[in-house]
Amino acid sequence: MPDSSPLHSTTENSLLIRGGRVIDPSQDYDGIADVLVNDGVIVEIGENLSGSSNIIDATDKIVAPGLVDIHVQLREPGFEEDECIATGTAAAIAGGFTSIACLPNTCPPIDTQAQIQFIQQKAIQADNCNVYVIAGVSKGRQGEELAEMGMLAETGAVGFSDAPAPLGSTDLFRRALEYSKMFDKPILDHPELPELSQSGIMHAGATSMVLGLSGMHPDSEELATGRDLRLCETTGGRLHLMDISTQGSVELIRRAKGRGVGVTAEVCIANLFLTDDLLRSFDSNYKVNPPLRSQHHIDACIAGLADGTLDVITSGHAPRAIEKKMTELDRAPFGMSQIEFTLGLAITHLVEPGHLDISALIAKLSTNPAIALGLNNSRYHQKGTLAIGASADITIIDPNATWTVQPEFMLSRSRNTPLTGVELIGRADTVIVAGFVKTK
Amino acid sequence: MGTTGPHSEFTTAAELVPASWKHRHLLGLENLDQEDITTLLQTAVTLKSATDGCHNKLDILKNLTIANMFFENSTRTRNSFSLAARRLGAETVEFSASSSSLSKGETLIDTAKTIEAMNVDAIVIRHSTPGSPHLLSNNVDCSILNAGDGPHEHPTQGMLDIMTIYEQRGTIAGLTVAMVGDIAYSRTARSNIWGLKKLGANVIVCGPSTLVSNAWEQYGVEVSHNLDDIIPRCDVLNLLRIQFERQYTRPFPSVREYAFLYGMNKERMAHAKENILILAPGPINRGVEVTPDVADGPHSVILNQVTNGIAVRMAALTLTTTANQRKPSNGGNEQ
Repeated sequence: MPDSSPLHSTTENSLLIRGGRVIDPSQDYDGIADVLVNDGVIVEIGENLSGSSNIIDATDKIVAPGLVDIHVQLREPGFEEDECIATGTAAAIAGGFTSIACLPNTCPPIDTQAQIQFIQQKAIQADNCNVYVIAGVSKGRQGEELAEMGMLAETGAVGFSDAPAPLGSTDLFRRALEYSKMFDKPILDHPELPELSQSGIMHAGATSMVLGLSGMHPDSEELATGRDLRLCETTGGRLHLMDISTQGSVELIRRAKGRGVGVTAEVCIANLFLTDDLLRSFDSNYKVNPPLRSQHHIDACIAGLADGTLDVITSGHAPRAIEKKMTELDRAPFGMSQIEFTLGLAITHLVEPGHLDISALIAKLSTNPAIALGLNNSRYHQKGTLAIGASADITIIDPNATWTVQPEFMLSRSRNTPLTGVELIGRADTVIVAGFVKTK
Repeated sequence: MGTTGPHSEFTTAAELVPASWKHRHLLGLENLDQEDITTLLQTAVTLKSATDGCHNKLDILKNLTIANMFFENSTRTRNSFSLAARRLGAETVEFSASSSSLSKGETLIDTAKTIEAMNVDAIVIRHSTPGSPHLLSNNVDCSILNAGDGPHEHPTQGMLDIMTIYEQRGTIAGLTVAMVGDIAYSRTARSNIWGLKKLGANVIVCGPSTLVSNAWEQYGVEVSHNLDDIIPRCDVLNLLRIQFERQYTRPFPSVREYAFLYGMNKERMAHAKENILILAPGPINRGVEVTPDVADGPHSVILNQVTNGIAVRMAALTLTTTANQRKPSNGGNEQ
């Protein structure tokens, strides 16, 4: 019952989240508490708070800093048949994400200030989650000339990448790492040596051999990962490795971090629970890049998450229109529409079996990705934290909710998921962006 | 199994198809069990006998129409399927990639649905991409027969090889069969491996290490890279063609070197068992995987394979279309 009496110092912009288990990895905080929000900012965390009549009961729920997904394809402009900014951001909210960073693989690619402003404008109109732009490293994502990083950063680019394609030219990559240091922006690479993976459809292994499908060998990823780490080390640049999927890559990153190399690394949710033998169904929804690999690679990625080698879990959200997917496997594009299921999949496959505790998971889905792109900075109103004064981006998670993947209810424009009917544990209950409740 | 077996008296397809056969489609041999493969083999033997060696006509599929959808070049398999259909009284219709709507941008599924709408009962498909027949089987109601999907499977070729061995030896169990050559890109090799293994043969894959993966050992297959080592133990050698058209990079230095290492010739025949059988799925490259004296010699059953191809395809069409007619109206079996 809203009470707008001025005597209660309640404003329309206030919110009190009461009785939840507040977990904020950025402050090592984990305890039952109330969270008070005013004017879009977190103002207090403590017991028995008052100060707002807009009350959300979070009993038996987890109150986490808003989730941040730094690997999302929004496809607009140019590929609106796959996704657009309005649908992609609505899907992000449904998945519990309050901030996303989108990749530059649009048409035209994001490599100009005007392109960034277009996306920012569309995101404001959509009024769902925060959208940050990862702009192309190279003009037109052609891998030849550097994009105007300084001006793009000024306009709002939070990082640079030619993903989902790899940065083909080692020379360009080295220059990009050197140059982007001036703006303190990371280069994000999808590590893949095309020579060893071109025309590949799936992971190269016993299953691809039996199916007669061309394989993408782990060497392709691992040689590129090794190159990227070396360049990061010698240039002192900022590198974020996307799409880590092999045991060898995890090992290389672990050793590099041991030497003090300043790298962050992510794994997409699909590479944490789906194996290559699912391609036996020939369902093109399992065709993703990096490819689904065998179980020991999954185990290595999970171990890498557990020991901090891998910092971030992303959705790797790659929506593709059904008509593009319903075709022969070599013609079908890579990708899975994943942003709505990432949190539930992570709780189901990582927290429930005991690989990560919920606090570590929240770090991988919120605090760490925010840090990887510098979104924890005050310029971005401090994402990935519930610190006093930070933007009130909050995801209230019901860790015990059981639900079923039903593509007909997806908000993403593309329903390219092989998970129809899969039972999940855990989902976002209430998603709050800058103090405004976006769900429920 | 003689010519007077239990199935020799039949007037309809239904009498020929045992209740245990449930497969509406023939997509590969890997997902068939031993009983299915035995049924396919027995039905082929029965139909070969009933047509007097695939010469005479029957009318057990007389109201059916079979469509050939070939997206890769083929002479023998396409004609073999057409002849098999017509020997059993079915009509045939031909579609090819270059002349069909696919060249105008239509999708594979739409093309197949269009063909199906012309009251076609079975589509025989050859395609360069593994899984394409499986894609169709999930999207149409008629039977789908895989006539080769890239390097994945070619079930009727596997069965006709097995039938040819069976005719000569009366059994498959216990025989040692080597598939020699380009295993990596050979659908024939894969279908043979699954069919032969299920019927109890010892299977060896032999060829250059760039084309024969040791991972085959995980599937109970012996891996060899030295033909001379294995020849004395083999009851059957199946000499595969090098699939130059599928290879992105050359897996061996020269044809000359390949023939030196893996070509079957008179000298190597001297070390083979006296009653060894020489098979080749064809088209054969004389002088590469096999020399003319061996291909045309007394151990060669290469032309028997061609005849048996018609028998196996008659059996495959009969079994799948009958299972499809028997399926419950709510969809029934996936395969």
